[in-house]
Amino acid sequence: MADLRDLYQEVILEHSKAPRNYRELKPADHKAEGYNPLCGDRFTVYLQMEGDKIRDIGFQGSGCAISKASASMMTQSLKGKTKAEADKLFERFHQVVTGQESNGNQTELGKLAVFSGVSEFPTRVKCATLAWHTLEAALEGKQEASTETE
Amino acid sequence: MTTVARLPWDSVQTAAHDLSSGYDVERVRADFPILRESARGHKLVYLDNAATSQKPKAVIDAIVHYYEHDNANIHRGVHYLSERATEEYEHARRVVQGFLHAARPSEIIFVRSATEAINLVASTYGRKHVGSGDEVLITAMEHHSNIVPWQMLCGEKKAQLRVAPINDRGELILEEFEKLLGPKTKMVAVGHVSNALGTVNPIAQIVKMAHAKGIPAIVDGAQAAPHVAIDVQELDCDFYAFSSHKVYGPTGFGVLYGKAALLDAMPPYQGGGDMISSVTFEKTIYNKIPHKFEAGTPDMSGAVGLRAAIEYVNRIGIENIAAHEHELLEYATEKVSAIPGVRIIGTAKEKAGVLSFVMNGIHPHDIGTILDQEGIAVRTGHHCAQPVMERFGIDATARASFALYNTKEEIDALAQGIQKVQEILG
Repeated sequence: MADLRDLYQEVILEHSKAPRNYRELKPADHKAEGYNPLCGDRFTVYLQMEGDKIRDIGFQGSGCAISKASASMMTQSLKGKTKAEADKLFERFHQVVTGQESNGNQTELGKLAVFSGVSEFPTRVKCATLAWHTLEAALEGKQEASTETE
Repeated sequence: MTTVARLPWDSVQTAAHDLSSGYDVERVRADFPILRESARGHKLVYLDNAATSQKPKAVIDAIVHYYEHDNANIHRGVHYLSERATEEYEHARRVVQGFLHAARPSEIIFVRSATEAINLVASTYGRKHVGSGDEVLITAMEHHSNIVPWQMLCGEKKAQLRVAPINDRGELILEEFEKLLGPKTKMVAVGHVSNALGTVNPIAQIVKMAHAKGIPAIVDGAQAAPHVAIDVQELDCDFYAFSSHKVYGPTGFGVLYGKAALLDAMPPYQGGGDMISSVTFEKTIYNKIPHKFEAGTPDMSGAVGLRAAIEYVNRIGIENIAAHEHELLEYATEKVSAIPGVRIIGTAKEKAGVLSFVMNGIHPHDIGTILDQEGIAVRTGHHCAQPVMERFGIDATARASFALYNTKEEIDALAQGIQKVQEILG
């Protein structure tokens, strides 16, 4: 049986209560709003770029513990990364939260590996990926992202 | 016409539910096979009845019986089975008529859902009578299904959707509602019971106010049908919509009641078979009501299932059900509101079946996941009532909703579950 402590790990709870980079960037080179119509979670992701690199990243909005912690930890892991590196990281993250990746091979993910517990809770995958979908939309210059493509 | 053979469970269950010695919830539970299921290693505690209710054996058996013994297409065959199927279907219509206390069976139209019933009225009566500059009046506590069809109509006709406000308890402010009834108002659309707040609206009074200005009223009864006695003649509403699946019947089936004079004058909804009297390529003569609004082969098994569900409810008695649920709601309100950090959303004086709540600093989605691990099913989210959430300045709530088979022990489990939520996330 799935264990709640795998889902709500200390570090996730801590980030959900005190999210990092929780601010609007002005001016932002890119920003996009992400929305999960299922539960009403809504986040805006702001990006300042330096060429192809993410110089700074911030987010604001409201959502559950999983979505908020995921957004917070995503911003921490992306500063200084290129678009291609961000895409790759999301791909790996997605594999882990959907259970397509064994727990053994998570070195690239670093701290983000704490979200592997989400794979035991299929209804919460969209919570974990909302900020990432929003990031992807922002990087591609789109204004909106929805988890309904998940 | 053949007479419908009385099915064996009718007499059996009548005997089983002699309530002279009080409401026996354990006996009621025994009628619902799914309640024996476990969830995540716990006894299932099903508190998501406002989303859909579970089905008694009598309903499941009636549907199986229909397909095993009576199935044929209706209203068109001269053969034995078609006659039987037709009689089953029309018998269901009379049972629904009785349930709503409608004046005649032809005022009962079978549709897919309460949603379709409202869409039917919006696209037939609405299209005919709402024009440019006119208004449709709804309330701030409506489900999306009683907002969007009117919004679509207003968009198409360049009409205005007006919204009567609610107070902090989640009650309609009647004086404001009355003020919004004007010469341009062509339709009033109001829910009987709010799915997100549990508020019971004073429908008779609302309809009276609308009628005083010559405005017809449609009532969305989706959340009312399982909880309150409905008498459309006493309410005097012009249309009443409800869904089978929320009142212990099958999914994909619903009812529109309409006053015969209004239905007669309305254009049809969909074209096709069964809704016509005669068709040539030049002209079609439409069938009389209710068939005018029932194009195509309907869900006959759905009608049979709903009939069985209503008969089940009637055997137990809607007043007994309402009393039991009221006791549960009071008990749950007391238990849950006593937990520090929990706030009840929707505290109307008249409530039915629904306990919506939020917790300080904890998102409802997380509440739902933790309760689910205890085998407790609640709904979390905006409950298809986003404007209600906005009114209370929240994104979502957790909602426990009760049915005739729920127990106080289940509410104790809910309260313990909420305490666990606080231990983990608080």
